[in-house]
Amino acid sequence: MIVLAFLAQTLRIAIPYLFAAAGGVMSERAGLIALTLEGYMLGGAFGAAVGSYYSGSPVVGVLCGMIAGGLLALLYATAAQKFRANQVVTGVAINLLVIGLTRFFLRLLFDSSSNSPRVPGFTLAETGSGFVALAVNPLVWLGVLALVLVGWLLARTAFGLRVRAVGEHPEAAATVGVRVARTRYYAVTLSGVLAALGGVYLALDQHQFTDQMTAGRGFIALAATIFGRWAPRRVAIACLLFAAAETLQIQLQGTRALPSQFVEMIPYVLTIVALAGVVGRAVPPAALGREEPA
Amino acid sequence: MTGTEAIVPPAPPTSAQPDSAPPVRAGRVTEALLPPLVAILIALVVGDLLILTFGQSPAEVYRVLLAGTWGNAYGIGQVLYKATTLTFTGLAVALGIRAGLFNIGAEGQLAAGGFVAAVIGLLVPAATPGVVAALVCTLGAAGGGGVVGAVPGVLRARFGAHEVITTIMLNFVVLALLGWIVSAHLHVPESLHTPEIRSGAVTRLSDIFPVFHGSAANLTLLLALAAAAGVGWYLFRTRRGYELRAVGLQPDAAEYGGVDVAGVRWRALALSGALAGLGGVNFVLGYKHYYEEGFATGAGFLGIAVALVGRNNPWGVVVAALLFATLSQGGLAVNALVPKQMVEVLQAVVILAVATAVPSVRHAVRTAAAGLVRTGAKRS
Repeated sequence: MIVLAFLAQTLRIAIPYLFAAAGGVMSERAGLIALTLEGYMLGGAFGAAVGSYYSGSPVVGVLCGMIAGGLLALLYATAAQKFRANQVVTGVAINLLVIGLTRFFLRLLFDSSSNSPRVPGFTLAETGSGFVALAVNPLVWLGVLALVLVGWLLARTAFGLRVRAVGEHPEAAATVGVRVARTRYYAVTLSGVLAALGGVYLALDQHQFTDQMTAGRGFIALAATIFGRWAPRRVAIACLLFAAAETLQIQLQGTRALPSQFVEMIPYVLTIVALAGVVGRAVPPAALGREEPA
Repeated sequence: MTGTEAIVPPAPPTSAQPDSAPPVRAGRVTEALLPPLVAILIALVVGDLLILTFGQSPAEVYRVLLAGTWGNAYGIGQVLYKATTLTFTGLAVALGIRAGLFNIGAEGQLAAGGFVAAVIGLLVPAATPGVVAALVCTLGAAGGGGVVGAVPGVLRARFGAHEVITTIMLNFVVLALLGWIVSAHLHVPESLHTPEIRSGAVTRLSDIFPVFHGSAANLTLLLALAAAAGVGWYLFRTRRGYELRAVGLQPDAAEYGGVDVAGVRWRALALSGALAGLGGVNFVLGYKHYYEEGFATGAGFLGIAVALVGRNNPWGVVVAALLFATLSQGGLAVNALVPKQMVEVLQAVVILAVATAVPSVRHAVRTAAAGLVRTGAKRS
């Protein structure tokens, strides 16, 4: 029973990571740094809350969240690809923009500086725990499938092959007739939609939007993307690992065995170690972050 | 991809040299100033839209924003205080970019600097002369930030780990570590801050000019100006600075020219971290006299904005810091009319607009300058 509760809790924490990391893999494999995951998630969460609140249907909320994430990703892709803007600067700016916009519209629509009113979600209980609550939530199923889908796209489809080509060697891809810019637009927009679903899940699970509710989860997903070395299967394992560590910390909270801050550090420290190449060097896609692509 | 450029024979460069100087210099100024100006214009338009959505008059909101910042001594003092911290983080990011490195870790470095300053201030005997204590604390702040900056520097120089990711990840690690030290060992009960320092407080501006009463501005702002001058001197007047810029522009060429690229990189990030760390003096020694969790929040990311708008020039950074500080403080002033979060949107829009305008303007100016050079060459 304790083991089952632990697994359910781990899965529940992992869902937003799985969505956002799927977006991270998609964007970075196409050659665009995914610093924006946090912004996509927050935008998705807000879109979901607004859509669900005004329509009364969580399905509309999901769609609104996906649109919000897609639009933000399109903004990022346009700045980085069309205007050759620096990806790091643009990424940071989009994250700040989303924080500002969600706060502004929180005041405008709900006259609050902290949270939205209660919105309909897929589960009835406020904090549904256990497998039953998880199983009735379609977003949980989607989240489990997100990285599987990205893995299939990248490995088995022509589109995926083009994505990998523009992420590794855009000039070579252009030479054989791949439309580099268009491929990147598609990949990044898809990454925005996927990451936004992570935020959608959070907002609908908690039945409201709260200011900065993603709380750095986008960066944990980015850490998982890098720690999993941009390969969907390994990235999924990284997400589950980080979520399990968090669950463990929550379970141990009462015992004071381990300060929570040390658990918070785990994803980041592991990622730094992976990048430094102490155990199996993490080598990014060759054209990642390059300012002047083909 | 048309390949026409290769067919056109290049203009002989020697004859164009005497004529090329004026248009290139004018082009460089345009190239530096145009993007920030365009960005501010775009931000004003977006600001108008947001204000109108909230049913207020843009003119009135901007009037209140200016009146609440540059319209009275308290407002000016608050802007100067905020600009001081942003100058340090902006200089930190700018120095990194000059070396071709992106330091997104300024927030953690700033927090570490403030923390070390606060701890040293706690440890010194209460009888220590204020100036001596302040000096030691300031050096500690630079050291604290410098160590945090040196870690990604060494990881980059030694293992090739990209500093964008390591600095951002290190932010979370440093903040969590400091959070644990403060909450487990150093905090005043029922708070998130350390006890007050025993000595080393920096004089407030209001102690000298009483009109600034109530504002947090303090003499750390002189340190910020000195840091800007120092960075300018280091980058443009010393051999080390020359090497740093060479690595930033063309690392392979610098290496070929005998520059120790790895050494330059880790020193640049350590120095960048030290600059960000110095910003902690402003809050800890100048304002609250203790380290408080979260005091650095946002200042690191805004430092990127400040460096970008200031075009990585030390004095440009000072001006950009004043601009962003005015927006931050102005948000509080207009909060009765429109949500103060409006300025957060404006700040982000300024960054986005500058980031997209810089490559476009550079391209346009270079094309125009090339045209001028070519006509000049024809004339002579």
